[in-house]
Amino acid sequence: MARIIVVTSGKGGVGKTTTSAAIAMGLAKKGHKTAVIDFDVGLRNLDLIMGCERRVVYDFINVINGEASINQALIRDKNCNQLYILPASQTRDKDALTLEGVGRVLEELAKEFKYIVCDSPAGIEKGANLALYFADDAFVVTNPEVSSVRDSDRMLGILASKSRRAERNEEPVREYLLLTRYDPNRVKSGEMLGLDDVQDILSLQLLGIIPESKSVLTASNAGIPVILDEKSEAGLAYQDVVARYLGEDRPHRFIDDKKGFFRKLFGGRL
Amino acid sequence: MSLLDYFRASKPKSAAIAKERLQILVAHERTERNRPSYLPQLQKELLEVIRKYVHVDQEAISVKFEQDENQETLELNIVLPDFQQEEKRVNI
Repeated sequence: MARIIVVTSGKGGVGKTTTSAAIAMGLAKKGHKTAVIDFDVGLRNLDLIMGCERRVVYDFINVINGEASINQALIRDKNCNQLYILPASQTRDKDALTLEGVGRVLEELAKEFKYIVCDSPAGIEKGANLALYFADDAFVVTNPEVSSVRDSDRMLGILASKSRRAERNEEPVREYLLLTRYDPNRVKSGEMLGLDDVQDILSLQLLGIIPESKSVLTASNAGIPVILDEKSEAGLAYQDVVARYLGEDRPHRFIDDKKGFFRKLFGGRL
Repeated sequence: MSLLDYFRASKPKSAAIAKERLQILVAHERTERNRPSYLPQLQKELLEVIRKYVHVDQEAISVKFEQDENQETLELNIVLPDFQQEEKRVNI
């Protein structure tokens, strides 16, 4: 049985595409055949983060409209042969994405793939609604920041009422928290919401904390999902996320600050 | 707490303020979200019926929905125009 994962947040710029690319790569690296779909019609970006932007021939909308077969549109990842990317269309036609069309494509992918990762656009418009509609699991990407937490809560409401599982009165979508751009030092000094603060409000199952890390920008510059950077904390944190999602019990890390004695003494102003 | 923080005047940490604001806001938005979707339509139709008999403004009618663990309450409040120099309130 294929499992459909939506990576959602409501708010933009919190790390949905970074997360989609990382976890899709992580699942594929673990040997599971995985497809990752960009739902951001008109603002395609997953191809850039995955480093396959020059290999895009057909897209998601072409497949929905029957202008290309699913196999023609899927791009095999250059780092992992278990991973395929379905890019978004650059069309400005907002109605190009249809419930029936998306359902058809997902059904076809489900025959071949173990995991289907849906990278949701920001907002609560059609693309975002369709990205989450068919989901079995939701990765709610949240920054420790007021507007992101509020929007995440809004998305939880939508998952609980507008998803297919909700409409059919089936077992609800499994919701997981990914707290990204976390800075333990700023949490400690009381200028950033901490894990406990966010969990007091959202109370979700925590898949992982992704620390704020320069390697995320370096990875997107190069078009290589950050999970492949084994020297970076963000990469390791995403590896943990994938392992936990697959049922492994790993202790959470990157929660505490790692400053030395002297920097602690002077509050990081050295 | 660092040495420098110790000498600085203590003021509420911004994260604590953020959390408090969020808790209030999210609680409010969750109750809004759980309201039945027919409320605006109900309000509109009630107003139409009432207007057949009395002229009232859109603002003169309010429909409130409250929910606690045991029960859901729908409160309808209509302020009648003060034709006798006094306000009459009808509670249903």
